[in-house]
Amino acid sequence: MVGSPESPAALAKFAREQVLPKVHEMDEKEMLDKTVLKGLFDQGLMGVETPAEYGGSESSFMSAILVVEELAKVDPAVSVVCDVQNTLVNTLFRQYGTEAQKAKYLSQLAQGKVGCFCLSEAGSGSDAFALQTRAVKDGNKYVLNGSKMWITNSYEAEIFLVFANVDPSKGYKGITCFIVEKDWGVKVAKKEIKLGIKASSTCALSFDDVEVPVENVLGEVGKGYKYAIEILNEGRIGIAAQMLGLAQGAFDNALPYMYQRKQFGQAIGDFQGMQFQVAQIATEIEAARLLTYNAARLKEEGKNVVKEAAMAKLYASQVAERAASKAVEWVGGVGFTREFPIEKFYRDCKIGAIYEGTSNIQLQTIAKLLKPHYT
Amino acid sequence: MYARRGFVLAVSSEMSLRVLVPVKRVVDYAVKIRVVGGKVDTANVKHSMNPFDEIAVEEAVRLKEKKTAAEVIALTVGPAKSQETLRTALAMGADNAVHIEVPEGQEIQPLQVAKLLRAYVEKEKPGLVILGKQAIDDDAGQTGQLLAGLLNWPQATFASKIEFADAAKKILVTREIDGGLETVEAPLPAIVTADLRLNEPRYATLPNIMKAKKKPLTKITPADLGVDITPSIDVLSVSEPPKRVGGKKVESVDELVDKLKNEAGVI
Repeated sequence: MVGSPESPAALAKFAREQVLPKVHEMDEKEMLDKTVLKGLFDQGLMGVETPAEYGGSESSFMSAILVVEELAKVDPAVSVVCDVQNTLVNTLFRQYGTEAQKAKYLSQLAQGKVGCFCLSEAGSGSDAFALQTRAVKDGNKYVLNGSKMWITNSYEAEIFLVFANVDPSKGYKGITCFIVEKDWGVKVAKKEIKLGIKASSTCALSFDDVEVPVENVLGEVGKGYKYAIEILNEGRIGIAAQMLGLAQGAFDNALPYMYQRKQFGQAIGDFQGMQFQVAQIATEIEAARLLTYNAARLKEEGKNVVKEAAMAKLYASQVAERAASKAVEWVGGVGFTREFPIEKFYRDCKIGAIYEGTSNIQLQTIAKLLKPHYT
Repeated sequence: MYARRGFVLAVSSEMSLRVLVPVKRVVDYAVKIRVVGGKVDTANVKHSMNPFDEIAVEEAVRLKEKKTAAEVIALTVGPAKSQETLRTALAMGADNAVHIEVPEGQEIQPLQVAKLLRAYVEKEKPGLVILGKQAIDDDAGQTGQLLAGLLNWPQATFASKIEFADAAKKILVTREIDGGLETVEAPLPAIVTADLRLNEPRYATLPNIMKAKKKPLTKITPADLGVDITPSIDVLSVSEPPKRVGGKKVESVDELVDKLKNEAGVI
C-alpha cells in the first residue's frame, strides 16, 4: 500500500513468499516456524537500527516501524517477534548499554538470538513498579529470584532483559535492568495458550538463584523503572504499527472477495451499505497510519512523544479491532472459517488493547498530559 | 565512477571480467493488469524488477562471489522511477548502476534498448552481458538477441546454467530444450539471457538495501550515447483478454452438437 524510504518492496516480497505460506500452520501449532525466524535474521529485520559495526542494518526508527507494519499485514504474530526485538530490546541496549555490552549482545541480537523484555509479573501489570523479583548483590554478582509473566517471545529467547528490585526499601527506585543469558538458569515455566498471535510465544519465567555478573547491569542500578517507561513510549509506536498492519491485512484480504462474490445480481462490495462501511474503515486505517507515522517521525526528531505514542497505539488498536471485525462480516460465511485468513486477524487484534500499556492506561496517559495545558 | 575497477585489476588480472546486467522496471507480477484508454494502466500500480532480470542479477552477483567476475554493473533504461529498480540490483550485490533516463511515458522498444546497450557496451567494454530472457510486461524476448546481432557477439539464450572454461575466456551455457538439455559454448565477450531455472534470486536484505544507497549510480541520457529512441514499431491496439463466462450444462449429445453448431458456431 504505502511507499517507504527503505524499499518495503523487498520486505513485502519476503513476507509474501517466506512468511505467508507458514502462517496458518504456525497459528494451528502455536509455534513460530524456525525458518521464518531465521529469515527475519537473514533479512536484517531483527537489528533494523543496530549499527553496521554490530552486524545490524543501521537503518532508522521509521524503517523499523515499516517493517513491523509490513509483517503484520501478513502475520501479526511474526510482526511482534520483530517489534519487541527492535523497539524494546535492541533500543535498550543501544541507549544504555556499555561498549562491551553492545559489542556482545547487539551483534547476537542482530544475527541470530532472540531477546525479550521481562517486566510484567503475576501481581504487576499496569502497576509495573509493584514488581517483586529481587536481585541481591553478592560480591561481583547479583542473585536473581522471582518470576515473570506474559513475556513475549520468551520461549525462543536466549537473551533476557529482566527488571528486578535491588532494594525494595527504596520502592521503584530500586528497580534495575539486568541482562541475563538463558543458560545461566532462566526457566520457562509455562507457555500460555492464547486467543491470538499464537505463533508468538508468551511464557511465565522463573528465576531461582540466577547469578548475573555485575557488568550485566544495563545502565545504572536503580534506574530500571525509568528505562522501562521510556522504552515503552517508543514501543507503543511499534505496537501501533503492528495494529495498523493488521488492520490493513484484514482489509486487503476481504476486499477482493467482496468484488467477486455476487448476490442479488451484483458484487456485494457494490451495495451502498457495503461501500460506506468499506470507505469508513479505509479512512480509519489511513488516520491510524498518519498517527503512527507522525509519532515515529517526531520520535526520530528527538521530540517527546509520550502523548503521540499513546494516541497512536490506542487508536490503531481500536481501528485494528473494527477493521478485522468488519472484514470477517464482509466476507460472510467464509470469513468465519479458518480456511480464510481473516478470522485470525480478528483473534490477533485483541492483544493490541492489552500489551505495552492497556487502552485504559493510554487514555489515562493522554488525559494526564492534556490537563496541564488547560489548568 | 569505476574507482574500484582499477584496484581489482591491479590485484588480479584473472579476475578482470566485468558483467553488465540490464534490468527493467515492470508492473509487479502479482498485479492484475488493466487496460485503460488503449494502454496498460501503470499509474499507482506496484512495480518491481522484471523477475527474469532478477535472475540475471543473481547470476552476475554469484559470479562475483565466486571471484569469476570483478564487477557487476546494473543498467536500466526508463523514467526517474526506474532508479528504484537499480537500487534493488545494488542491494542484491551489483557494484554500481547506470540509469539511462528517458521521459516518463516515453515508449521504449527492444531495438532502441538494444541500440542504447550497444552504445554503452562499446564505451565501457564489459566482457559479459546477462539479460533476462524476456520482460514480463511486453514479453518481447528480443533485447538480448538484438544486442548480440548489433555487437556481432555470440549469444547463448535461455540459459539454465552458466559455466566458465579456459581460465574464464569462454562460457558453457546449458539450455533447456524439448526433450533434454543442450550445451553451447561461446568465447567471451558474449551475450547470455537467463531462463527461469538458472537460479533462485536472493532477497534484497535490509542491511544491503541501506548499503545500496551509498553505491554509485550514474545518470545519462540516450543523447549522451547518440542513440535515437523513436519507436520503430507502431502499436495498433491493446486490449484486455475476453472475460471468462460461465459454462453451460447440456442434457444430451444432440443438444451439445446443436449448441456447438448454432450458438458457438465452431462446427
